Amino acid sequence: MYSGGLPWLSLLLVLPLVGAAAMYVVTESTARWIALAATLADLFVALPLWWLFDPQASQMQFTEHVTWITAPPIYYSLGLDGISLPLVLMTVAIMPLCVLASWTAITTRVQGFMAMLLIMETAMLGVFVALDFVLFYIFWEAMLIPMYLLIGVWGGPNRLYAAIKFFLYTLAGSVLLLVAIFALYFYGGHTFDILALSQGTYPASLQMWLFLAFFAAFAVKVPMFPFHTWLPDAHVEAPTAGSVILASILLKMGTYGFLRFSLPMLPDASRSFTPMMVALSIVAIIYGAYMALAQVDLKKLIAYSSVSHMGFVTLGIFVLNQQGIEGAVLQMVNHGITTGALFLCVGMIYERTHSRMIADNVGLASPMPQYATLLVIFALSSLGLPGTNSFAGEFLVLIGTFLWSKVATAFASLGIILAAAYILWMIQRVVFGVPLPHQLPKLKDLNQRELATLVPLALLVFWIGLFPNPLVSRMHQSVTATIATMSRAKVAPTAQPSAGEAAPLLAKSGEQLKIQGTSR
Amino acid sequence: MSLYGADLLALLPELIVVVTACLVIALDPITPASRRDLLAWLSLGALALCLGLTGGQISTLNIRVSAFSDLVVIDAYARFWKVLLYGVTGLTILMSLPYLKAERIHLGEYYGFILLALSGMMVMVSGADLLTIYLGTELMSLSLYVMTGLNRSKPRSLEAAAKYFVLGAFSSGILLYGISLLYGMAGSTKLASIASAIGTRGADDPLLLIATILVAVGFSFKLAAVPFHMWTPDVYQGAPTSVTAFMAVAAKAASFAAFMRVFVEGLGGLKTDWSLLFLLIALVTLVLGNVVAIVQTNIKRMLAYSSIAHAGYALIGFVAAGRAVGASGGTPGLASVMIYLALYSFMTLGAFAVIGMLRKGGIEGEEIEDFTGLAKRQPLAAFLMLVFMVSLAGIPPTAGFIGKFYVFMAAVESGLAWLAAIALIFAAVSAYYYMRVVMVMYMREPDPSSVAPRLVTSPALSFVLACAVAGVILFGLFPNPLVSFALQSVLTLK
Repeated sequence: MYSGGLPWLSLLLVLPLVGAAAMYVVTESTARWIALAATLADLFVALPLWWLFDPQASQMQFTEHVTWITAPPIYYSLGLDGISLPLVLMTVAIMPLCVLASWTAITTRVQGFMAMLLIMETAMLGVFVALDFVLFYIFWEAMLIPMYLLIGVWGGPNRLYAAIKFFLYTLAGSVLLLVAIFALYFYGGHTFDILALSQGTYPASLQMWLFLAFFAAFAVKVPMFPFHTWLPDAHVEAPTAGSVILASILLKMGTYGFLRFSLPMLPDASRSFTPMMVALSIVAIIYGAYMALAQVDLKKLIAYSSVSHMGFVTLGIFVLNQQGIEGAVLQMVNHGITTGALFLCVGMIYERTHSRMIADNVGLASPMPQYATLLVIFALSSLGLPGTNSFAGEFLVLIGTFLWSKVATAFASLGIILAAAYILWMIQRVVFGVPLPHQLPKLKDLNQRELATLVPLALLVFWIGLFPNPLVSRMHQSVTATIATMSRAKVAPTAQPSAGEAAPLLAKSGEQLKIQGTSR
Repeated sequence: MSLYGADLLALLPELIVVVTACLVIALDPITPASRRDLLAWLSLGALALCLGLTGGQISTLNIRVSAFSDLVVIDAYARFWKVLLYGVTGLTILMSLPYLKAERIHLGEYYGFILLALSGMMVMVSGADLLTIYLGTELMSLSLYVMTGLNRSKPRSLEAAAKYFVLGAFSSGILLYGISLLYGMAGSTKLASIASAIGTRGADDPLLLIATILVAVGFSFKLAAVPFHMWTPDVYQGAPTSVTAFMAVAAKAASFAAFMRVFVEGLGGLKTDWSLLFLLIALVTLVLGNVVAIVQTNIKRMLAYSSIAHAGYALIGFVAAGRAVGASGGTPGLASVMIYLALYSFMTLGAFAVIGMLRKGGIEGEEIEDFTGLAKRQPLAAFLMLVFMVSLAGIPPTAGFIGKFYVFMAAVESGLAWLAAIALIFAAVSAYYYMRVVMVMYMREPDPSSVAPRLVTSPALSFVLACAVAGVILFGLFPNPLVSFALQSVLTLK
């Protein structure tokens, strides 16, 4: 049952799976085209949502609600709000680029590779649109195996270590989430409905435990300092498409989790843990940036810059105000675009010189002018130059932080200065040095496929940088609603009617699910 | 005859299995070696008949039929396990056909013994009297001892049979001693009489506690729970692979079924005591099983430790039932054990079926290293093994996740969230050794100098694998039928 019209979200989830199933019967060369077609089809299904989405409404849109398991009541329940819409659109936009980036880079077991990419797409979209906690958890965990195989089968020389490290880290983090989900079920009125659980009231001590369990799952995914050690290994060893998926989409799931679950469901614990979360975010911002300064491997440099940039996102979320959270969501999208693009750039140069070392890839401006131009654009976006996307996001986050604490803002701003240092230094060496003579014959400029991969992202960099408003206005109502949910009455009602009965009632009436925080 | 007519009719499935077993053993000497397949098909026919008989009774779920003056009971709980056991036995027989031929031990009596073991298991799940249950356990165990040593030319197989027999006989003695103490206390071995005797004598009687501990130890041997698991790795490794699969799945399921009935129906009055005991056993079982499995290099031995760990998870569901408070009682916990073991059957059978297929030279390739590069040579087999390993690790969207989901949900409901958290962390540990198999298959290049293992396939085996993978994936995505079947069946266990 859905709210009328097409089941948009189910379509989004099914299309990549159809493509993945087709991989079983096709040859290598058709596999690439089918993967591209499936990801593009998903993009074109998702694009109308941008216009169909009602920015004035704070409730979930495009909802679908079907009974899946009866005991306990688990629903196939999907929906989109202003927080998940940008992430869904970013995901479907990045995936075709991942296929393009793997066009010539992946030569072995192409069908399997493309199938894994497509299964990843379904799982990642599922995480962003699931409105049932168990459904969310299934998508969340289902991602592990394809990602493990992407790194382990098609990765670099040290891929076995990186793959199992990624797998065990993220699995160990998320198993506690399952216990927390059960605890919420029994305390929150015997429901797994995310919106109903977000209205429940839980004892303060329980909230503490649940927050820590959520934290274990989400902080590993983000990754927050000190749980970030899997990230550089995974990024370095993963194939380009894998790095892009990791950086652009996977990391966002952690911050999305904080925003969708920790804040609305555990408002008291979120408030009490704010100092810790802010401190960890600032440590991540500065530590990540310092580590980036020291790297000689381009992929590692970008990996550590991710730790730093994701620190801004968690900072924005946990200062718990409108500007901070809107900045965080915007920065999630920005980081997806910019860092994804940087990993694509590294992948392209690696295909030419077979080295990711800065020292082996110097002075690219004269042999590869188009490449150098695009690289500089993305690099400047990464350091938050005004006019590019990251500026808007980081600026909003810093405003939010300023309202919370001036000292914290000062420390966080250090991260931007350090970012300028490591990015410009990298640019200076990679773009403006003197090219190595023996590398020169390999340094051919971008072909049309590669341009088609990078140019859309460059356009997005400027579009969001110059006109962030369409994006921000779409998330505005949902962020307001999240904050309103957080400040709901702390007094425990005797029974939780909203929690227990919301789902069946909605199933009958056919109305859209509604975040009730706004109505209070 | 007319006196027992109704009683015998109630036991018709058991009788069919026993008669067919005798028939198979009698026909074996006069069947030419080339036509021994017929004995397997005869056994399968008997199973199909039983499935029809038991399955036909499913509509009368809430009727509890007692026979032979309450020695056995045919209720929904027993039916659930019987249906599961028929399925597992049928798949094991199909899996054995090509395996035994490849191992050159295709003997007719094998099918006779497998049916005798099954009849013992059926008596176990239906027994309402400690002696009936004991007889069933012995019938099952004796058949399994013989089947373990079936590979007479292999020292490992013989060693396993001897070890299994000695330790099994020892544990049966302990169980019997516990039963005798309970008899001394209650004056009867019927579960109902014991329950009422506990009601009148009170739970803090030392004799009663000793008897409970002895019965618990006896069953822990059968369940392969730590610290009574020592026989498992050697026996699982030494036994022919199809027998290992049968032991890991059917024997474990039947032992759990009888164990739960004894402790819930007979010793339910002591549940605060035994739930603490089994809580400790469950915890050490899953910790030790998972940790020791990491260092194994033989895949059958690894799966032996993994099966120990899985017994630990299932025990958590049982402990949750013992600790349950509130209106639902222990139902969710007991049902979660049933769901867990049913789903565990599919993935374990599937994994052993793949192992049984793998031949290196003339012998069975059972080292984890033998799977190196399987994804390149046999993509489909490697993919199936991947699915089974992922499911054993409990990662969605496979059946293994659903099993863990219900067990841990019951644990959290009974206030054992800390236990669930520890168990889940060890589930993450277990992913390491399951994923190592995947890693070897998908991410290692085979050593060109070594003999490449090849796969022995056959239509029967393909059917088994198809059933196993369908069970793992379909129940992973749509567990509803199984869950409601288990939830309904468990209601007769009171």
